[in-house]
Amino acid sequence: MEQGRRRFLRSSGGLIGALVAAGFIGIDEVRAEAWNAAAFESKDLDQLIRNLGGSGAKATDAIEIVAPDIAENGAVVPIGVASKVEATEAIAIVVERNPNPLAALFTIPPGTLPALQTRVKMAETCNVVVLIKAAGEFQYAAKEIKVTIGGCGG
Amino acid sequence: MANPMKIRARMIGDIVEVKVLMSHPMETGLRKNEAGEAIPAHFIQTVLATHAERTVLAAQWGQAVSANPFLSFMFKGGQKGDVIRISWTDNKGDSRSDETTIA
Amino acid sequence: MSPYTLARLRRWSAWLILLLSSVTAGENAAEEGGNPTAAPIGQRATDESSQKAVDEIAKYRQMLEEGNPAELTELQGEALWRTASGPQGASLEQCDLGLGPGNLDGAYARLPRYFADTDRVEDAESRLVTCMMQLQGYSREEATRDWYKPNSKIEALTTFVAARSKGHAIEVPATHPREAQMVRIGEEIFWRRSGPLDFACATCHSLDGRRIRLQDLPNFLTAEGAKSSMVTWPAYRVSQSAVWTMERRLIDCVRQMRWPEPDYLSEFLIALQIYLQNKADGAVMQGPGIKR
Repeated sequence: MEQGRRRFLRSSGGLIGALVAAGFIGIDEVRAEAWNAAAFESKDLDQLIRNLGGSGAKATDAIEIVAPDIAENGAVVPIGVASKVEATEAIAIVVERNPNPLAALFTIPPGTLPALQTRVKMAETCNVVVLIKAAGEFQYAAKEIKVTIGGCGG
Repeated sequence: MANPMKIRARMIGDIVEVKVLMSHPMETGLRKNEAGEAIPAHFIQTVLATHAERTVLAAQWGQAVSANPFLSFMFKGGQKGDVIRISWTDNKGDSRSDETTIA
Repeated sequence: MSPYTLARLRRWSAWLILLLSSVTAGENAAEEGGNPTAAPIGQRATDESSQKAVDEIAKYRQMLEEGNPAELTELQGEALWRTASGPQGASLEQCDLGLGPGNLDGAYARLPRYFADTDRVEDAESRLVTCMMQLQGYSREEATRDWYKPNSKIEALTTFVAARSKGHAIEVPATHPREAQMVRIGEEIFWRRSGPLDFACATCHSLDGRRIRLQDLPNFLTAEGAKSSMVTWPAYRVSQSAVWTMERRLIDCVRQMRWPEPDYLSEFLIALQIYLQNKADGAVMQGPGIKR
């Protein structure tokens, strides 16, 4: 029973996502988001934006990325995000050179600040792109983070 | 049931700051064990944070979120003594739910 | 020394220098021509770009400090401490870590130390194993099985015990004659050159301001160097997704020197630990750290 429902939710993730994006289902009504497999399997930013229901993204400096320039180890890279764009409803953290660039996708309900912190894996030195959705439009900012090979334990 | 997470929630002015530490291997499916076999992907896919029956954060994660994930976020509308609940489910169908009171 | 041995030494030294001198500027040990008695190896972190790198690494480390997965390991360790287990069906709550049965606060900061009941100088890990054997009835093999694997009982218990010394000053005066003897042995090991690379701990850890790639090498000859390092162990290693105990860390140092790895809980490891802890005497334990 549970398995069947989970399978249904997984496969209809795209549909629910689209309905939410179109405003047909409110955030509060979605108890648990279905996993957007297409988005997580996107191989580049353009494909990802399309899989999130967009057609393009504008660069902006209204997204603040708080992260070190150098990560001592690519397994854990701390990323802080703060969007100053009004009505930010979703934030995505994208690691450009990862096998699957989309690392995390957050839905920001009204009342929640469009600011958060998490940690992602980076396969190699590259841009970390923070993509946001506000008022139906996608915007982004990027920051290059260098991933080093350490010398020894520390 | 999976290992418990550590949740801290406190008031900063009228904002609730939540910090969560989850216990999860977040296997990418790309690593190999000593025998050379690929370790299957095992990672948290959805996260839900609720307060007073309302979702305050929803997230979808991929394998690239680090092992033993850390998450920090902020929302308005909560106050000291309220309960915050964080739940996650992973790609194997395992799940975990924990709560804390706002300090 | 035969010409063959000298040639082999030169080849090893050249390879080693190439490996370690991957950052430009600073002293070039290659100019020494592979002389086995050349100055200690390591790049001096003095130029501007190196300083910026050092600052960014500091920022990386600082951002990781809150939300340390070691906190979860600590909770697991506490559960193991309090849960009845083993053939004798007892918990570890009566374990004597040096301050009397069950007294945890500050115990880790006072280890290694001499224990009369085992007539040995013991560190936290060997003491935990002693308790698992004496109180819970496990054999040594059972207690130490897979200790080095992520999420092991030893990892969790050591993290828990160490966390209970957070805020306590390291107190390892090594006044007991057996403790003093172990410190001398540890010092001997520290300076002993061995293995195919002819390395000693001192090769990397006896000068200020040195690093290998982006890892600063603490100078363990100084109290400052020893203190800055010892107060951060055990630590969650992000590259391993696990908390590494002090013995685990030391075994890996030894491995990196291409020496044969010492046995778990061996005198070798306890001697090195007490030598370092004695040097770090007085520094305040910061609780389980988080590192690359």
